[in-house]
Amino acid sequence: MGKERVAVVGIGQTHHTAVRGDVSIAGMVREAAQRALDDAQMTWADIDAVVIGKAPDFFEGVMMPELYLADALGAVGKPMFRVHTAGSVGGSTAIVAQDLVASGVHRRVLTVAFEKQSESEAMWALSLPLPFQPPMHAGAGGYFAPHIRAYMQHSGAPDHIGILVALKDRRNALKNPYAHLHEADITFDSVKDSMMLWDPIRFSETCPSSDGACALVLTDEAGGDACAARGGNPAWVHGTAFRSEPTMFAGRNQVNPRGGNDCAADVYRQAGITDPRREIDVVEMYVPFSWFEPMWLENLLFCEEGQGWRLVEDGVTRMDGDLPVNCSGGVLSSNPIGASGMLRFAEAALQVRGHAGEHQIDGARRALGHAYGGGSQFFAMWVVAADKP
Amino acid sequence: MRDIAVISFAQSPQVRRQPDLNEVEMLMPVVRDALAGAGITKDRVDFVCSASSDYLAGQAFSFVMTLDAVGPWPPISESHVDMDGAWAAYEAWVKMQMGHVDVALVYAYGKSSPGDIRRVLTRQLDPYYLGPLWPDSVSLAALQARCGLDAGSFTKADMAEVAARSRRDAKANAWAQLSGDDDPAELLGRDELVSPLHVHDCPPVTDGAAAVVLAAGDVARELCARPAWIRGIDHRIEPHALGLRDLTRSVSTEQAATAAGVADGPVQLAELHAPFTHQELILRSALGLGDDVVVNPSGGALCANAIMTAGLIRLGEAASRVTAGDADRAVAHATSGPCLQQNLVCVLEGE
Amino acid sequence: MPELVLPDRLRGVEPVRSIRTPARLDYEFTAGRATSRFLRGVAEKRLLGQRCPVCRKVYVPPRGACPTDGVPTEEEVELGHTGTVTTFCVVNVQFYGQAMELPYVSALILLDGSDLPIMHLLQEVSADDVHMGMRVEAVWVPDDEIEPTLESIRYFRPNGEPDAPWDSYKDNV
Repeated sequence: MGKERVAVVGIGQTHHTAVRGDVSIAGMVREAAQRALDDAQMTWADIDAVVIGKAPDFFEGVMMPELYLADALGAVGKPMFRVHTAGSVGGSTAIVAQDLVASGVHRRVLTVAFEKQSESEAMWALSLPLPFQPPMHAGAGGYFAPHIRAYMQHSGAPDHIGILVALKDRRNALKNPYAHLHEADITFDSVKDSMMLWDPIRFSETCPSSDGACALVLTDEAGGDACAARGGNPAWVHGTAFRSEPTMFAGRNQVNPRGGNDCAADVYRQAGITDPRREIDVVEMYVPFSWFEPMWLENLLFCEEGQGWRLVEDGVTRMDGDLPVNCSGGVLSSNPIGASGMLRFAEAALQVRGHAGEHQIDGARRALGHAYGGGSQFFAMWVVAADKP
Repeated sequence: MRDIAVISFAQSPQVRRQPDLNEVEMLMPVVRDALAGAGITKDRVDFVCSASSDYLAGQAFSFVMTLDAVGPWPPISESHVDMDGAWAAYEAWVKMQMGHVDVALVYAYGKSSPGDIRRVLTRQLDPYYLGPLWPDSVSLAALQARCGLDAGSFTKADMAEVAARSRRDAKANAWAQLSGDDDPAELLGRDELVSPLHVHDCPPVTDGAAAVVLAAGDVARELCARPAWIRGIDHRIEPHALGLRDLTRSVSTEQAATAAGVADGPVQLAELHAPFTHQELILRSALGLGDDVVVNPSGGALCANAIMTAGLIRLGEAASRVTAGDADRAVAHATSGPCLQQNLVCVLEGE
Repeated sequence: MPELVLPDRLRGVEPVRSIRTPARLDYEFTAGRATSRFLRGVAEKRLLGQRCPVCRKVYVPPRGACPTDGVPTEEEVELGHTGTVTTFCVVNVQFYGQAMELPYVSALILLDGSDLPIMHLLQEVSADDVHMGMRVEAVWVPDDEIEPTLESIRYFRPNGEPDAPWDSYKDNV
């Protein structure tokens, strides 16, 4: 926390889909930004600075796209900043933007994160042949699948846990008009019978590849108060944290990485939370493969190590459970990579504002937004609440 | 605002091609030297911010493995920008303003040699209208120089004088890639590279890395005899399309300079990130620097221009000269994008 | 947003929905000192790791820096060509640039004497029989085809030794 309280007063996102063929990159980011400004009841002229984030530039084939996007995002004559911290970037970008307000440098900041994977070949960008490095035989799923297997082995989690998570998130997505996947006829058996891509990860337990953008308008306390006065229900930021650790080192625990533990402990301390399971009403966590939900439940200190799968099995993380996770449908239902982390932060804020529509959890007062990236090594989190810190 | 200072600066040798070392090997000694210069070890660092570009490395997520150079264990609070390292310093400065971070490490690196940098930089351009035409960075700068020459803002002799002075000053900079005694008239007699630019008007292609340590208030005073205090720092961006800009000026530098308070006191020294000779002349004017200001005593980007890094080096060079007592008030500047699209200005003072 | 009004001559013209702009860039990568030494070793059919002077862990392939201590790793350590499967996945999907018979097994293998597993292919074994703790050995390309590249190890295969105990690799899962 800084010297100034920070409020989320505007939230916008695009409809996430495989190909946004009707807009350019600039058109897509502007769409999300315009929606956030409309929500904040502001115009472009009200904004002091713009912070933009996205995953690798090779995904769209544009180097440092903030240069080309300056005009579309109304940044001309203003400070414009670009963040890139791998998959956690959407969360990190929101934190950099909140820092600009919390530090007292700016009063109103627009932050945008996006990915337009259809503009280039994301799989190609991830698989540029690199000499000297051990060949990656199987893409991102092939990287994470062995760690999921290790989790299953350690914890004794039964095979159907991953299926339950996928089924829950995809069903939640039916309540979110912006979600990429709307699979009305999904069933336990259809997930179970979907192709085993990277054993133990099935096709229906894997995130899609999406085009999409997300934007937030953050203001100082006066801006938050003004929003509250007109009934706009600002979300107040109670804590933010980053943590990073090396990709590979001897003895590294990739199932329950210390960076995620430390990051969660830090953000809870800032927010005055001592019992996250009880004190947090709703969670948006970054779950690109279904098994990451039980793994992150443990990593984020919602339960003892090895017990996360039991929360899933008991229905605790369903919308009618006592710790709903990913009511929006999560990354499993929409994955515009660079925006995915900011979407978690935005969905957490929507919940405490009471603006989540059909996927709203009644009475949600405090929420956690979580993002991670790289080889489970970069973490960004925030806690937002309906009340001022 | 909280008092934040640059207390240490280190760089690698800036070279045309660093064929022996990969990025992490190039960076590691620089991080070590920057921390040693502040008399601290990595445990004392509260926040790390770094800068690099995947398009230079030819590899997605290229910064991920490079983080090994700081040994980020136990896990650290850390962020990364795809901008010049001067902006990473800005992010760290903002973080420190919030009050919980007392010491920050900022590093940047870039190897331009693996790819054809003039082609690589075309990928920065509007992907629909400009990128497909592959207009290279030197050609775009040449358009800007032509605008300035035609407007009578400067002459080719002025530009050659900048080149000769930069190379002469770089003789005292052991890290510089280019240096020497050149006669401006003789330089002007050589062939043009891309009219109106000669080779001497353009930056060399450079591989290099740099790091600075920032510290707040009493911590800075404890760790450094004469911290270079950041009295103002700001950055602004202009329209991307060259046709929407007056290329003979740098409006965004003027805006950042005003916000950073450049004119609030006398400037003795400036380190300007001007990769092309005419850009130094445009920037001097945008910053309102008089003829008595010492500009680019390091030799500047005309003598070493590691992309993503050269702006942070300007901050480090200006700060070290304040720390050394060569100046009481200095300006550091960094740029990004074609023809000075985006600019950062920082005012540094001794106590 | 105001409605866009096109001039008459453009009305009814099919809109441009996308353009293809292929971009080709060539890069020359630098292996770096540590990797270069490792690859020279591979060309001699040797696997050379490097030990961190601070934490004493052995890294292979070495990148030149200890990831936790941020110091150069310079002491060279020759490793065996056998190791333990710490964990793995069974792949049923083709990837760009790969032409593998499906399914195939991608495993994390802790080479004997090293402290960090490498990812490599596991073959000459049914996917159903692969398990954590399995002991394996490197299968090299024929000697006259060995190059300074990791592809010189074609894959790993079970070497028939009894499974490694969990404690011997649990810190590397």
